[in-house]
Amino acid sequence: MPARPEAIHAHAIENLRYIRETMERAGAFTAVPGWGGVLMGVSALAAAVISGPPDDTTRWVAVWLIDAVVAVVIALAATAWKARISGVSLFGVPALRFALAFAPPLVAGMVLTPVFVMMGLMARLPGCWLLNYGTAVATGGAFSVRIVPIMGLCFMTLGVVAFGAPAAWGHWLMAAGFGGLHIAFGLIIARRYGG
Amino acid sequence: MARAAARKSEIRSLKSEVKNLKPLDLDRLIHERLRLGIVSALAVNERLTFNDLKRLLRTTDGNLSVHARKLEEAEYIACDKSFEGRIPRTEYRITAAGRKAFEKYLAHMEAIIKAAKG
Repeated sequence: MPARPEAIHAHAIENLRYIRETMERAGAFTAVPGWGGVLMGVSALAAAVISGPPDDTTRWVAVWLIDAVVAVVIALAATAWKARISGVSLFGVPALRFALAFAPPLVAGMVLTPVFVMMGLMARLPGCWLLNYGTAVATGGAFSVRIVPIMGLCFMTLGVVAFGAPAAWGHWLMAAGFGGLHIAFGLIIARRYGG
Repeated sequence: MARAAARKSEIRSLKSEVKNLKPLDLDRLIHERLRLGIVSALAVNERLTFNDLKRLLRTTDGNLSVHARKLEEAEYIACDKSFEGRIPRTEYRITAAGRKAFEKYLAHMEAIIKAAKG
């Protein structure tokens, strides 16, 4: 007896859905660290307390550059840990695509930092850093789970706000972004995406 | 440019081929769930290791071995074995025949849905 058309039709839709989901999972870099993000957020909150509002001293910039180094160490260690426990390759195509999309906006931010310092625009660095980091997360996140680019867009929005806000709010906006957003999204990623 | 045109004409010929297919003419080799998963995953990755596929498709060593072997025998996927130090490493990639079969299967699914919508 031939199969009923509606059953075949439903089966075809289900098959296409399975194919799409498998292709999405197979192409995505899933080792974005949730708990690592939480730790990075905590270190940023500490940096905001230590740095205080942006001023024209290199001390303020130095505090945040040290925090950036701490954050990079946490991110690398947490990514390697998550990749190991979830059996994801750090040298596979998804990881490479993520890294290649993530890096250019970060490099742009690194180039712009001394430019802002030399031009006496240190108080505007929060906008520059939040916007560039957000762009990196959004572009890299295009090759990861859906929540990652959403986090990137939140950082970018905060960056735009920081450019328009009074300079004295800079450390609070840094705390809200690198602290608050990292902690909030880190917890969601850790709970929903395995660590 | 010429490559894109050749690809378009290949897709057109696949579509016309699929129009004449009946539901029961489905490529049974790909139609099985796990084998469909293997081919789908390899369609978006140049190479995947045995462990990558096992994690991705949430299956067992034995199950994956059996179904990957069937796809290998049909020459839909190719397998490269090597050693990483002393640990054996098995990598899979999709072949041209496998990609064509996968695209034909996709077109077939779409044709079934389209026909049902009338």
